Amino acid sequence: MSTTDLTPSTTTQPPKNSGLSQVLNDTMIIAWRNIRGGLRVPDTQIYMFIQPIMFVLLFAYVFGGAIQVPGAENIAGAYREYLMAGIFVQTMAFAVAPASVGLADDMHKGLIDRFRSLPMARSGVIAGRVVSDLASQFVVLIIMMICGLIVGWRVHNGVLPFLGGVGLMLLFAFAMLWVGALIGLSVGNPQVAASAGLIWLFPVVFLSNAFVPPESMPTVVRNIAEWNPISALVAAARDLFGNQSIIVSDAWPMQNAVLAALLWCVVIIGVFAPLAVRKYKAAASK
Amino acid sequence: MNAIIAEGLVKTFGSGDKAVKAVSGVDLTVDEGTVVSMLGPNGAGKTTTVRMLTTLLPIDGGRALVAGYDVADQPQAVRSSIGLSGQFAAVDENLTGRENLWMFGRLYQLSSKQAARRADELLEQFSLTDAADRPSKTYSGGMRRRLDLAGSLVIHPKILFLDEPTTGLDPASRLDLWDIIRQRVRGGATILLTTQYLEEADALADRIVVIDHGRIIAEGTADELKAKVGGERIEVVVHDPALMQRAIEILQRGSDGQCVVDEHTRKLTVPTTMGSKGLVHVIRDLDEHKVEIDDIALRRPTLDDVFLELTGRHAEDEAASTDAAAGTDAAAGTDAAAKEAAK
Repeated sequence: MSTTDLTPSTTTQPPKNSGLSQVLNDTMIIAWRNIRGGLRVPDTQIYMFIQPIMFVLLFAYVFGGAIQVPGAENIAGAYREYLMAGIFVQTMAFAVAPASVGLADDMHKGLIDRFRSLPMARSGVIAGRVVSDLASQFVVLIIMMICGLIVGWRVHNGVLPFLGGVGLMLLFAFAMLWVGALIGLSVGNPQVAASAGLIWLFPVVFLSNAFVPPESMPTVVRNIAEWNPISALVAAARDLFGNQSIIVSDAWPMQNAVLAALLWCVVIIGVFAPLAVRKYKAAASK
Repeated sequence: MNAIIAEGLVKTFGSGDKAVKAVSGVDLTVDEGTVVSMLGPNGAGKTTTVRMLTTLLPIDGGRALVAGYDVADQPQAVRSSIGLSGQFAAVDENLTGRENLWMFGRLYQLSSKQAARRADELLEQFSLTDAADRPSKTYSGGMRRRLDLAGSLVIHPKILFLDEPTTGLDPASRLDLWDIIRQRVRGGATILLTTQYLEEADALADRIVVIDHGRIIAEGTADELKAKVGGERIEVVVHDPALMQRAIEILQRGSDGQCVVDEHTRKLTVPTTMGSKGLVHVIRDLDEHKVEIDDIALRRPTLDDVFLELTGRHAEDEAASTDAAAGTDAAAGTDAAAKEAAK
């Protein structure tokens, strides 16, 4: 080994950054690393788009004709407008998958240990994961909106409510990322995380107003659907984008969809973010 | 000056009836600039000890100072002073070698420029320059391990923890890695190296601690540990079983130790203090008394003998018996070794 090796230029200097600037630095480094690495395995990214696009085509052109949208029974193409908010919310909910698989993979390969042995901000690994996944969810959302425009979805309520809708979708993705983080850190194996992250999510999404008006469901199921967080998010998106003319349900979350959606996001973050952080701290103790 | 001091380290996994003491009262000191090897079989508590010393696991009992910092109270200061390279090559396989090292440098709080320069240096030193811009998943096992080790050297740490750095590597890559480790030692690094390979501890370490069932059961230089098994021995395989007794008498004459007899393989083992001169005597005597032999050798004790002596089982014997606690007492150990040899 050359003698330059022993130059004291960088020898065990104490961390220069401290506090918030270090957290930001480390978060951005980890986010950079996730995005950089993710772009080298484009297949996983592509599947993130293919699945929702498939859903759009399936529901818009196969099931859609048989589904009556309340208050727009005889308007051609009404279902496609109705559908898109459901697709957006479902796509954001699936943020669970990249977060859980990504963190499980890091644990599996020992990278989390490496990171924990570095004098970096403790929160950097999870925060970096959240930032990079949020960025990729944003890209997916844009693609799905373009997709929606192609099949006939339109924004009717003006710019501010639209931006509010986009913000709400990202907030929901942010909330679901924490759920994914907790799952990924708990199972610690990327293959298990891939199925554990999504298997429960399909029924939860279907048991909502995302694809089918709850009015068509039996009373018990209908009540569940109306109080499902997914429904609140979907109804809020329809409100903000102007995709639903009348609200038939008198359930509170349906009448106050935007408020209910925000509350759900806060609750999910409030419960899952601390659990995920705690899990991360304990993860290596196994 | 002690780079690493551990006193009575304890780690318990689980709780209640299911509690398992992975580490129960490990004392350890590593002087600055020396290599200490922690030697033990799988599950002996090596990795758990390293994980406690590197702040990855909370310490359940006892205390530890690394680079003068208390591991429990000043974890960030410890992390800024150490490099850790584990059993698994913990690099991001989707990033290139250069990107990995740059990232580690940035997370050690180097500036982007410093991190890039350091990455270049390390790639050069570890002969990874040609592969620097390929994703590390295309690397061979040995290359990944080198990259991982390079990652732990980003900040020129004073103290290096190498947890089974060569496990699973082919012999050539292992020798490469040994060279790299020796270079670090010449550069003044303090190293705590865990291994289950006896020859690895022998080749690299100034001092060896033998760990088993979460306890340190012996420590010393390789020579000191070998001396515990009584120095060199002469091994003779007698051709004709009928002449065994005569051969034993001859061997016993030139030795103050006990002759160990293995009837089955017709092998006789006797300690000697005279080295090759003793061997010559024995050959001459056997020849004079017309005892024909199939094989004869002067055998220097290996660390495996030491382990066998200390625990009553071979170091690499995974299916170790539960009553392996033959004790640290040398006499008891010899008995155990004799019993083992007599089988």
